[in-house]
Amino acid sequence: MSSPSVSAEPKRRKWSRQARHQAISGWAFALPFFLAFCLVFVAPILSAIRSSVFTMKASGGGLFGGGEMEEVFVGLENFQTVATNGAFWSGIGRVFLFGIVQIPIMIGVALLLALLIDSFLVRRPGIWRLSYFLPYAIPGLVAAIVWGYLYIPEVSPFADMLPEIQGSPFFLSPPIVLWSMANMTTWTFTGYNMLIFLAALQAIPGDLYEAARIDGASGWKITTQIKIPMVGSAALLAVLLSIIGTVQLFNEPTVVSTLATWMPKDYTPMMMAYNTMMGLLTPSGAGMASAISILMALIAGSLAVLYFLAQRRLQK
Amino acid sequence: MATKTAHGKLATTPDGLRYRPSHEGLPPRSIAPSKLARTLTLVLLAFIALYFLLPIVWVVFASSKTKGDLLSSFGFWFGNDIAWGANWDSLMAWTQNLFPRWVLNSIFYSTVAATVGTLLSVAAGYAMAKFQFPGRNAMLGIVMTGLLMPVALLTVPMYLLFSQLGITNTIWAILIPCIVSPFGVFLGNVYAASSVPTELLEAARIDGAGEARIFFTMVLRLLAPAMVTIFLFIFVATWNNFLLPLMMISSAELKPVTLGLYGMMSYFDPNRGAVMLGALLGVLPLIALFLFLQRFWQAGLAAGSVKG
Repeated sequence: MSSPSVSAEPKRRKWSRQARHQAISGWAFALPFFLAFCLVFVAPILSAIRSSVFTMKASGGGLFGGGEMEEVFVGLENFQTVATNGAFWSGIGRVFLFGIVQIPIMIGVALLLALLIDSFLVRRPGIWRLSYFLPYAIPGLVAAIVWGYLYIPEVSPFADMLPEIQGSPFFLSPPIVLWSMANMTTWTFTGYNMLIFLAALQAIPGDLYEAARIDGASGWKITTQIKIPMVGSAALLAVLLSIIGTVQLFNEPTVVSTLATWMPKDYTPMMMAYNTMMGLLTPSGAGMASAISILMALIAGSLAVLYFLAQRRLQK
Repeated sequence: MATKTAHGKLATTPDGLRYRPSHEGLPPRSIAPSKLARTLTLVLLAFIALYFLLPIVWVVFASSKTKGDLLSSFGFWFGNDIAWGANWDSLMAWTQNLFPRWVLNSIFYSTVAATVGTLLSVAAGYAMAKFQFPGRNAMLGIVMTGLLMPVALLTVPMYLLFSQLGITNTIWAILIPCIVSPFGVFLGNVYAASSVPTELLEAARIDGAGEARIFFTMVLRLLAPAMVTIFLFIFVATWNNFLLPLMMISSAELKPVTLGLYGMMSYFDPNRGAVMLGALLGVLPLIALFLFLQRFWQAGLAAGSVKG
């Protein structure tokens, strides 16, 4: 970050006036965003933490309650309920399995495509870049509807060639449906990740290639020894963003569950949080939903940090 | 004999040396890949392109089909009837004539959120890049944290907060969350640091221009490429958002098109051709925007990610 030369000023009074001007104008420009950020990021986090330690109980007590509903402080009871709920952990397990398979495949394909498009092997990079990126322009929800229909044998051009499993169409059956959804997200986001890699590749200085060529490096050597190591930080970012995206997996399972009606309402933790909030699951309520969200955020954050640290150690 | 190779003719330099010129726009012959390698790559890329494009092609055909044709006819061509008209009528009937309104709602939410969000982002990014103010580094940290925050997780507590404020089921419940884009601030910051010269700002200050005037008349122009990228980014994110309207919006008149389509497909046994037509019409504005602004996002969408 460049900053105006404030240290070179000898007179103290002038310095402080300038500093004040800097502070006031800086805050004036940053303030609208900062306020909106507080309302959208900070306040919900605080409100989630607060509501996660309360629960709504009827003041009369008893199973059906009597009297008014009132908020009762319950400490960490909501967290305990969530953490001992098997459905929460199987949701986390599904999301984890999803991520550990889907993210490497998607990032790998995106990197391969970017390397091919960036190489001498391809003459018209623009067309390819556009056709791989186009699915990103389709909202995840619409993509899920389209692929969902492509998975129903009656409508799909290819799904009727595959057998039924456990009474469900192949792509919507219990062992397969997670991978059917992995396909949806791969389809949508591969092109976006490819763009991240392409931008990183284009930022590599050309002299590096020239020097390598003079030293007799082949195209393959340049790819493996220069290009791939040089896009490391872009890969780190792409993987981190993908982990975060996977944790919040919601649109795809929500759409698919209207087609595969066997899917539970807590198939992924995000679905569980939503349905708990909306009272479609028991136990329900704002406190419980907040507890789920906070636990998920903690798990996601630790995963991202773990990945980041592992990556750093590998690079050293 | 050498003159008859597939790669073209020999040329002669003014002093009489014969050489084989390179093709224009291609790498030097000595390091150019073989024709076989290029053909194989082309085949591979074409196959992958089919994976990405065929579902879109399929939607175009599926949206033109009656129920019977969807079941029986070949997926990648028209059926016996081209039923776009009938499917449109059915789409309107299923949605109680609200479908066009949903598309307009989406356009409204996305345009307003993207416009305001871009301005806020660029102003904050510019402030962090060009002003020394207390809390600047903390703010940078906040933005980076926000960048890696799973936003969907915030939606549940945001719903609680907004219902206390009494603004659920209003346009504000969609607009306010969507104008906040840590990515936009990040990109604006990176871009302002590299392409707004501090000398220019100082010159304008010496000439007596106020900070607001400097920002609106000079800085915004310098930041135009970043602004297009941020605009596009927020626009797409708002258009694609599903969980937020699902939680916040209950009246049919306020629904964006994603929520409307979901409601339609989750009916028992909907007219699938009509749903496909709705899906197609619901993404056309976005695809048009992407094609129209192609040269901007191709350069800019990933630019921030490289420098970070």
